[in-house]
Amino acid sequence: MPDIYGRFAYVTNMLQSRWWSWGFRSAVLLYFVILIVFPILGIYGQSLSDGWPNFVHNLDDPLAWKAVVLTIKLAVIATLINVLIGTMAGWVLIRYKFPGRQLLNSMVDLPFALPTAVIGLMIMLLLGPRSPVGQWADDAGFSILFHEPAIVVAMVFVTFPFVIRAVQPLLEEMDASEEEAAYTMGASKAKTFWRVILPAMLPGVLSGAMLAFSRALAEFGAVVLVAGNIPGRTLVASVYIFGQIESDNPSGAAAVSVLLLTLSFLILWLVGYVQARRTGR
Amino acid sequence: MRKLWILLTYIVFALLLGAPLVRIITGAWADGWSGFASGITRPEALHALLITGLIVVIVTAINALFGVMLALYLVRAPWLGKQLKRIMNSIVDLPFAVSPVIGGLMIVLLLGPDTVFGSLLNRAGIDIVYALPGMVIATLFVTFPLIIREVMPVLQEIGSQQEEAAQMLGAYPWTIFWRVTWPSIQWSVVYGVVLTVARTLGEFGAVLVVSGNILFKTQTATTLVYQDVENFNLTAANAVALVLAACSVGLLLFMEWAKSRKA
Repeated sequence: MPDIYGRFAYVTNMLQSRWWSWGFRSAVLLYFVILIVFPILGIYGQSLSDGWPNFVHNLDDPLAWKAVVLTIKLAVIATLINVLIGTMAGWVLIRYKFPGRQLLNSMVDLPFALPTAVIGLMIMLLLGPRSPVGQWADDAGFSILFHEPAIVVAMVFVTFPFVIRAVQPLLEEMDASEEEAAYTMGASKAKTFWRVILPAMLPGVLSGAMLAFSRALAEFGAVVLVAGNIPGRTLVASVYIFGQIESDNPSGAAAVSVLLLTLSFLILWLVGYVQARRTGR
Repeated sequence: MRKLWILLTYIVFALLLGAPLVRIITGAWADGWSGFASGITRPEALHALLITGLIVVIVTAINALFGVMLALYLVRAPWLGKQLKRIMNSIVDLPFAVSPVIGGLMIVLLLGPDTVFGSLLNRAGIDIVYALPGMVIATLFVTFPLIIREVMPVLQEIGSQQEEAAQMLGAYPWTIFWRVTWPSIQWSVVYGVVLTVARTLGEFGAVLVVSGNILFKTQTATTLVYQDVENFNLTAANAVALVLAACSVGLLLFMEWAKSRKA
């Protein structure tokens, strides 16, 4: 077999490889700056370009304000639900051997793989007025679809993998001897869990919860289909931004975007900080 | 106690993940085979799937190329300062924190028809926003970190000793990359590509904002599902959604298979 790589290398060397590598370097760096850095700076620039008072004025719109508050409230609820079921599922999937464990473990990533619009449609069908859940809720005198509960369900679904995937590696690398020591010294199961196991899982639960919260704040596709999108009542921030773009008010959209982005960046930075401290880097 | 926890986990998975998936399958078959088939073979559905496929190919190719190169530079390059590398490394993650709608808004604000750039390109006869290029750019932005985040840890783990040895023995940079580096990172690139394909297939918010969702022009599979739902055309929406869901589940299974193969 002729040495294709060798020959190719010879040719590139002929074409002065230094110029090539300079070309590659600048192309990659340019791509990075134009694709990632420019747009993010652009949105901050756009919303602050008309001055601070204008920015505040755009946020002062009661509907914008209500949308942001509603989003934060529902994202907190969804995150708390995920902390509970995520910690439990992460624990069960690592610690217990039972039939179907592998299948469940593979299913965890499903919400990341599915398109968000498809997730929205699924939840809409599942909770709709003609479905068993919808009818049951109707009889009980409250409604789910196009109201707050449906938004929470969508957020929980979309952010489901975060806590589990953050807790699992910590449980795997946990030293069994600490737990055994606690038992030998006469600690009860509950006490061992609260004093030994939970502190070891806590960094994972926290960083998973923060990532889930940040994703829940940002979610659009799944929410837009199941929320009623009634301004001031079931309109979340991302849908509000979309509405402002559609009605040709980019500065209003940019102002709320900057608020959400800053919040998400802070959370991302916090997660990085927590993880860096844990690994001691 | 143990049994109770396992049972509870099963219930959570069945209710939260299983039930929606089953519901979409039964929903697509609500009118039998003909309902499903007509939902898929509508001209607008075929066109939307074609546009989605086109975006997947372009985005995956561009991000694979630039993602692998940037990962290499961020881990290896001696010509980038340590501080600069750290800053760039944290910027790479930013698209994860940006809501897709905001990602789309950024493109509209920078390249929309009312902006300096946009009007210049418009005069040159190139449309960015409300056309394919804008949709590609928006999806590139959203999927940017995926490949880099898969490749970088592997590069850090294998270290640079083998590459240095190859260089000492007189190999050219290209030979070093293809013979030494590539064989050890190829599976991580495959994972990154699979994640990118899945995310691109399912991208909705950013594409909806940038594309304007114009029928037979810029409508993708996910924005078609959205429009069908808005028009109460649920069986057709289910059919397209089922195709998308099948693709995602297939990619997920492929990923599981590839990972178990390696272990």
